[in-house]
Amino acid sequence: MPNLKTIKLPKLLIFAAVLYAAIEILYKTDLMNGYILHIINQSLIYVILAVSLNLINGITGQFSLGHMGFAGVGAYVSGTLTTLIFKLSPSAPGGMLVFIASIVAGGIAAAIIGFLIGFPSLRLKGDYLAIVTLGFGEIIRTVFNNIDYVGGPRGLLGIPKFSNFTVIFVAAFLTIVIIRNLIESSHGRAMLSIRENELAAELVGIDTTKYKVLAFSIGAFFAGIAGGLFAHLLQLAHPTQFGFIKSVEVLIMIYAGGVGSITGSTVAAFALTFLSEGLRLGIRFVADTTGLPIGGEWRMVIYSLLLIFIMLFRTEGLMGTKESRLIKIGEAD
Amino acid sequence: MSAQLSIQGMTHYFGGLRAVSNFSFDVPQGAIYGLIGPNGSGKTTTFNLITGIYNPTEGKVLFEGKDITGMKPYKIVRSGIARTFQNLRIFSNLTALDNIRIARHYTTKSGIASSILRLPSFMNEEKTVKRESAALLDLMHLSSRANEEAKNLPYGELRRLEIARALATKPKLILLDEPAAGMNPKEVEELMSLIVRIRDEFKVTIFLIEHHMKVVMGICEYIKVIDFGETIAEGIPDLVGKDPKVLEAYLGKRGA
Repeated sequence: MPNLKTIKLPKLLIFAAVLYAAIEILYKTDLMNGYILHIINQSLIYVILAVSLNLINGITGQFSLGHMGFAGVGAYVSGTLTTLIFKLSPSAPGGMLVFIASIVAGGIAAAIIGFLIGFPSLRLKGDYLAIVTLGFGEIIRTVFNNIDYVGGPRGLLGIPKFSNFTVIFVAAFLTIVIIRNLIESSHGRAMLSIRENELAAELVGIDTTKYKVLAFSIGAFFAGIAGGLFAHLLQLAHPTQFGFIKSVEVLIMIYAGGVGSITGSTVAAFALTFLSEGLRLGIRFVADTTGLPIGGEWRMVIYSLLLIFIMLFRTEGLMGTKESRLIKIGEAD
Repeated sequence: MSAQLSIQGMTHYFGGLRAVSNFSFDVPQGAIYGLIGPNGSGKTTTFNLITGIYNPTEGKVLFEGKDITGMKPYKIVRSGIARTFQNLRIFSNLTALDNIRIARHYTTKSGIASSILRLPSFMNEEKTVKRESAALLDLMHLSSRANEEAKNLPYGELRRLEIARALATKPKLILLDEPAAGMNPKEVEELMSLIVRIRDEFKVTIFLIEHHMKVVMGICEYIKVIDFGETIAEGIPDLVGKDPKVLEAYLGKRGA
């Protein structure tokens, strides 16, 4: 008898395949322009960032404010590999493979940094941990700002454009599947128990330090992947892309989506990225048609107001801790 | 019966306050052992010292002849000591079944990679864990609650869930911190027979703290009475119940 896994996993796969095909067709037939595709790509990268931060903040109950620092590590490491060491051009034969290997190397580097930071700092809780991770995130950013080899404050320029819709889509899909599978395993339940009650977790035999560091390192790995994809999409890695404010943006996504929900993080990453861009166009349109003296600065005002409304009227986020049926794996009996 | 748990000269200070003073006692294998005493007499502190939440200022804890003093709590659990809490510590946003399954985690062998890939070995292990956890829920008459979030369970059921969770760690000794607290008389009756049944079926030693005299006198085979961190009486229930020092600690001095 086939177990539920063999039925459920393809459901998400089929959904993803249809979504992928639809976007490809829309783009190829010029029904969707490159600008929209670019925002979709950005949204997908934010999906990776939000889902991986959710593993740390939502599932394991730790509070990291330095997620973008890890993305920075991934961006700079992969960017250095492709741009400065291998001097790849997008048309180089086998370039794609070297690019993917570089992205993974960036993820591994971020995971190692995450491990090194997590080990001493995860004995702190709540606000204190938040401040420490904030500090580390800023240190990472400052380090890049001061290394001339990677461009210092000018940033690392001329990164080949390897990130395309297919690569980013597959990466986002794999991130969701891997983290979902992890959560729905004994290891994932160990992480959840830390969020629920750390002392009780310890007293039913969970090595809480190990699982906190593990969640932190895995989260950092995927953040590193996302950073690498970003660098090869925007063709630059710049210290300001990975500052504290950017970490907060990802944090907002998981709170707006529902802490602990992969579905929520995914939906919110798309919704907020599109909202942010949509407001840019919307405000210009309003300014043009009415002649009111409003500019781009109003974008963040409206964006922030919308977030306040979400939090006031749906404190648990869009999804709460619930998952879409596409994401859930059926229990094996 | 030999001593399974042996406390030797244990003293613990909180700053300048002496919470536990030169405690020595043995809990025999297979016993139902009761530790009683007024509020603030150092009972829960004793449990916290045994389970590694605190390190004793002085003294040693031996479990099955092995020194476990200063070991990390999760390692002490893995060596065979489980506990419940006076103020419940349930994983409230998780289902009753997950509460139990988490306690089985340390006995599972599937690595991260095989869990993510959902290899057959992992799937089989998940099934075993689920089946065994469901059996424990059944034993505690909580089967119908398996997929309910724990926060929706009434108090008496949560107490039983916590005992089931402790049992899921496959302990040889269970420390129960006021298991009857907040229960009505009918629930207390059920709890008493449950504790005896657990001892007999799982072959575990029970070490409990309790205020509820009926429970202590009814099921404990040996009782130790402490006050201000010192032992004031110990022995079989009938004798302890008549000890003037015990009556004084509980009821106050005659004429006072």
